[in-house]
Amino acid sequence: MLLLLMGIVVLHVAGLVLLFVSTIVSAWAVNPNSSSDLWTNCTTLNGVSKCDPADTGVWIQAVQALMILSIIFSFLSLLLFFCQLFTLQKGGRFFLTGAFQIFASLFVMCGAIIYTVMNPEWVPAKESYGFSYILAWVAFPLAFISGLIYVILRKRE
Amino acid sequence: MLSVLALTSIVLLGIASQTTAIVVYTSWERHALVGTDVRLSCSFFSWQWTSPDVTFSWHYRPDGAKDSIAIFHYAGGAPYVDNKGPFRDRLEFVGNPSRRDGSILIKNVDFADNGTFTCDAKNPPDIAGRPSHVRLLVFEKVPVQAGVITGAIIGVVLGLLILIVAIYYLMRFLVARRVFSLSMSKHGKKGKGKEGSQQKQVLAVADPVKLKAAASEKKKQESRREKK
Repeated sequence: MLLLLMGIVVLHVAGLVLLFVSTIVSAWAVNPNSSSDLWTNCTTLNGVSKCDPADTGVWIQAVQALMILSIIFSFLSLLLFFCQLFTLQKGGRFFLTGAFQIFASLFVMCGAIIYTVMNPEWVPAKESYGFSYILAWVAFPLAFISGLIYVILRKRE
Repeated sequence: MLSVLALTSIVLLGIASQTTAIVVYTSWERHALVGTDVRLSCSFFSWQWTSPDVTFSWHYRPDGAKDSIAIFHYAGGAPYVDNKGPFRDRLEFVGNPSRRDGSILIKNVDFADNGTFTCDAKNPPDIAGRPSHVRLLVFEKVPVQAGVITGAIIGVVLGLLILIVAIYYLMRFLVARRVFSLSMSKHGKKGKGKEGSQQKQVLAVADPVKLKAAASEKKKQESRREKK
């Protein structure tokens, strides 16, 4: 039982960490000498790195907002999990926790989709996707599965 | 004491520099939409009276270029506008030299007009001073401030969340109050036997968690009746 609990919490925290890294690290689209992400465009010329704030377009701000919201919802669902662990009756399901986690995964999915669709507008075609972008796509099914587990799980003891 | 010292030092400095420095003022940056007219203002401060030989001159340096070209000159009471360079037929003098205003108007700005404009004013015998720069930025449309939409989306979603939570707790509270007032009003009419079932029915509407408690209470009451 304790092992199951630990496994679920580790899964949840792993999803949360992936979300954090994906949002903060500047590597959504990379090039040999430049990298751009949700917040800045950085170029390295002759060893000197220069960063500009990213385009202030409408869509990239929406992507920023969705990523931040997914982090907030995932964190709230973690808090709710610990809260419900102690207050839920025997046999009850962690509906609220699962709902928040599924919302978080939906937000990540929306953000990644918007970024993929609007990408040609911001980034030249020869740039390849960086690891932060991939992490965002990995975090989506992780958070979704975690949410489903919460919804299915029943409280014992 | 300190303020008096500061004031005297400023006055002395002013007197000392009376015939040595002219100070030119312009804006720091100007933003304009494509196709609109933009007015670049230039003024100066000088201890001398405004002489009839006052001169204003404007230079323009495009973004990325090293040299600047002269585009406007006012001397001897007459303005001379550039009629060969990039601003021909688009430049107009709208200043008033007797009031120390040397502003120019650029009509129908385009992206090629992005650059730095320099205003230099001379008020003989006050001629030594630094020219002042103003940067022109031309936009296709007014850009959205960074972070406005981000903050709006986050605020709306979190606000909805808080609203839903508040409404949920409000509903629970209201239904609980209604349960309380119902049971009180029907207590005298039907007696204790049926009061339990009445309570159980209304509680079932209120909360599934309390349903179990009510079910166990009903069992207790039935067992009491059996014992009687």
